[in-house]
Amino acid sequence: MIAELGHLALVLAFVLALVQASLPMIGASRRDPFLMSTGSTAAIGQFVFISLAFAALIHGYVVSDFSIENVFLNSHSTKPLLYKISGAWGNHEGSLVLWVLILALFGAAVAVFGRNLPAPFKARTLAVQGIIGLGFLAFMLLTSNPFIRLDPAPLDGRGLNPILQDPGLAMHPPMLYLGYVGFSTTFSFAMAALIEGRVDATWARWARPWTLAAWISLTFGIALGSWWAYYELGWGGWWFWDPVENASFMPWLAGTALLHSAIVVEKRETLKSWTILLAILTFSLSLLGTFLVRSGVLTSVHAFATDPERGVFILALLVVAIGGSLALYSWRAPSMQGGGLFAPISRESALLLNNLLLATATATVLLGTLYPLFLDALAGPKISVGPPFFNATFVPLMVPLLVAVPIGSMLAWKRGDLRGVVARLSAAGLAAVLVAVLCSLYIDWTGTAAALGFALAAWLVAGSLNDLAFRIGLFRIGFARSLERLAGLPGSAWGVIVAHAGLGILVAGITASSAGQSERILTMKAGDETDIAGYTVRFEGVTNADGPNYEARRGTFVASLDGEVVARLHSEKRFFPVEGRPTTEAGIDTTLWRDLYFVLGDEAGPGLFTVRLYHNPLVIWIWGGTVIMGLGGFCSLVDRRFRIGVPRMAQSHAVAAGARA
Amino acid sequence: MNRRWLFLLPVLAFAGIAVFLGIGLTHDPSKLPSALLDKPVPRFELPGLDGADLDGEGLSSADLADGEPVLVNIFASWCVPCRVEHPYINALAEEGIRVVGINYKDKPEDARAWLAGLGNPYTLIGSDRDGRAGIEWGVYGVPETFVIDGSGTIRYKHVGPVQERDLRNAIRPVLEEIGR
Repeated sequence: MIAELGHLALVLAFVLALVQASLPMIGASRRDPFLMSTGSTAAIGQFVFISLAFAALIHGYVVSDFSIENVFLNSHSTKPLLYKISGAWGNHEGSLVLWVLILALFGAAVAVFGRNLPAPFKARTLAVQGIIGLGFLAFMLLTSNPFIRLDPAPLDGRGLNPILQDPGLAMHPPMLYLGYVGFSTTFSFAMAALIEGRVDATWARWARPWTLAAWISLTFGIALGSWWAYYELGWGGWWFWDPVENASFMPWLAGTALLHSAIVVEKRETLKSWTILLAILTFSLSLLGTFLVRSGVLTSVHAFATDPERGVFILALLVVAIGGSLALYSWRAPSMQGGGLFAPISRESALLLNNLLLATATATVLLGTLYPLFLDALAGPKISVGPPFFNATFVPLMVPLLVAVPIGSMLAWKRGDLRGVVARLSAAGLAAVLVAVLCSLYIDWTGTAAALGFALAAWLVAGSLNDLAFRIGLFRIGFARSLERLAGLPGSAWGVIVAHAGLGILVAGITASSAGQSERILTMKAGDETDIAGYTVRFEGVTNADGPNYEARRGTFVASLDGEVVARLHSEKRFFPVEGRPTTEAGIDTTLWRDLYFVLGDEAGPGLFTVRLYHNPLVIWIWGGTVIMGLGGFCSLVDRRFRIGVPRMAQSHAVAAGARA
Repeated sequence: MNRRWLFLLPVLAFAGIAVFLGIGLTHDPSKLPSALLDKPVPRFELPGLDGADLDGEGLSSADLADGEPVLVNIFASWCVPCRVEHPYINALAEEGIRVVGINYKDKPEDARAWLAGLGNPYTLIGSDRDGRAGIEWGVYGVPETFVIDGSGTIRYKHVGPVQERDLRNAIRPVLEEIGR
């Protein structure tokens, strides 16, 4: 009964999406206030009904109602409750429900918080949002209904891929989708602006919080996914340039470019049509990401079901959404007037350079991801493009970008003084050189490339601190006044400083863990000792450690440094009988400076086990730096000057004050 | 006028990508070309599964080149998709098509119990406990099914569970072509 109600709720949401996609658009062109206002009502209603459908699906999972096919295929009565719930979105149909739920959430948020938007603009934005919802709800109802019943109901479920039974992965898709789908709002804003033929500083101000919110979620989502791959897949790596990872990375790169170019529109009213194009491309890449994961056009390590018939439907959706929006762009964008002029050395130029490099990087990742597809379509061999391609193309694009970051953020608008900025950044430059020299002298695995990486990391972190010191006038005005300025520094300034410093920490983590990783693969039996990166590792043998829904063998390792025990690690090899699949639980000891990462392999003989031992320096800095970047975005998001509705509130206060006087 | 063309570039580029995505969809991702296609079967010799009412006879490359077409099905009791395809393999065997099995990385007692429960379509079974023969065959994932002609040449390879559609579109046509 509850499942049928869920299905009904989806149908009603579809009907409301139809209303939302059409009436407000007509209303906006006829300037009819009633028709325009239907947009908000429909958006909120759509959110309510999709929430009901989502709750119905979660209910089916929680009570293990195996008469629902989706629950039967993806759950099992012995599964822990958390994974029963996360199992709801660990599969194709359920993840689509989550997708449209988040889409409707953003639509409702625009309806509720967008009170300061002009009515026609808001109506058009909501209508575009409605069209996207319409497409995805139709896709779900026609090809991927999560509420199909089985009769007779099976006694127990088929379980969930055990590799997906993990707290990190329970949270990964919701975060990622908040990012992917969040960019739909910026896309809708861009579409509405194209229809109205007007983009200006206010437009950028409206779009800013939505873009930031999506960007922050996507940043956290990617970090979670990479962290999960690190500790769960047991390969000692954290990024594999896998098509599905690239699918989330491309919108992030484009979204980062968008975030920066939107600042130029906001402050200087130029780069308008480029910013609109980026808004379209960012969401298009999110849609493409969905397509790559769902349709199976690219084979990858990710464990979702592949289905070509659904792929055809998604391709049709892509052609309408991306093709349609780009066609609208080619028609309307040429008439947009550019704003203020700027000199080659200026904040605008620096942001343009940022955009060019990020866009090229996005194109490179896109090419590498789709190249096997092109080759296959041309009847070439089936290949996959791996890390060597991406390392050879992506890294050289990032180096000039990273060098330019501190300089760009200190240049003035319109015409900058490069010599002055370089002089101001001399402390950061000194720090970078010092770090490079110290690393080459004292860390034995540091080659030229690694020294350059550390120098860049130091340049970014020190550059951010340098920027902060300059902004608060440290050492130039009195200390007390500096503190005063520090307290009064706006959120967006903090955002730039924190995010760029986080980027530096990320670069340090990537450099160290790629250049400095030590790996040993050998067979050990209980009592054997070996060493890795200065640590002595003793293997204490294997015991049984069965869990609620798996059988496991647990190997124990003791790592010591100079005769002193520093860590006891347990590495497990689990076998899930219901699913018939093994998983690897690496034993990981994390400190700020290094990870010890031990993996228990197969039994190679009686009591003899294959083991893989890794020493990963600074690897936690990767996720630490990413989280700091996200927090930087958060600082910028809460900046009072940009809080939605503020101008209007200030106005009404002024009116109230006037009335009192 | 030139500027207008510039604005058309994104949509044209996307049209190009869409065409390739469309072509990509028509290709079955499970259809991986086998390096062994149209080559003789690899040399291997496997012991039998004791007690699977086949008198414990094993399977070797010689059994696959005795003049009669044969299907080689790679299966395991721990493999869920194998359970899905098993009825189709049983049906093929009932039609009189010769099917032999390679039991991949499995315990013989588990495999025997599995076959006792679901039916045994195989005239011969080789037990590949350590997966060594699987490497020779280039096994990518279980289940896999190979069509071998009478001279012991691999004529077709199917990755993943065999479904009605695969039988109709690929496996039966190949079997007919090689004279069955």
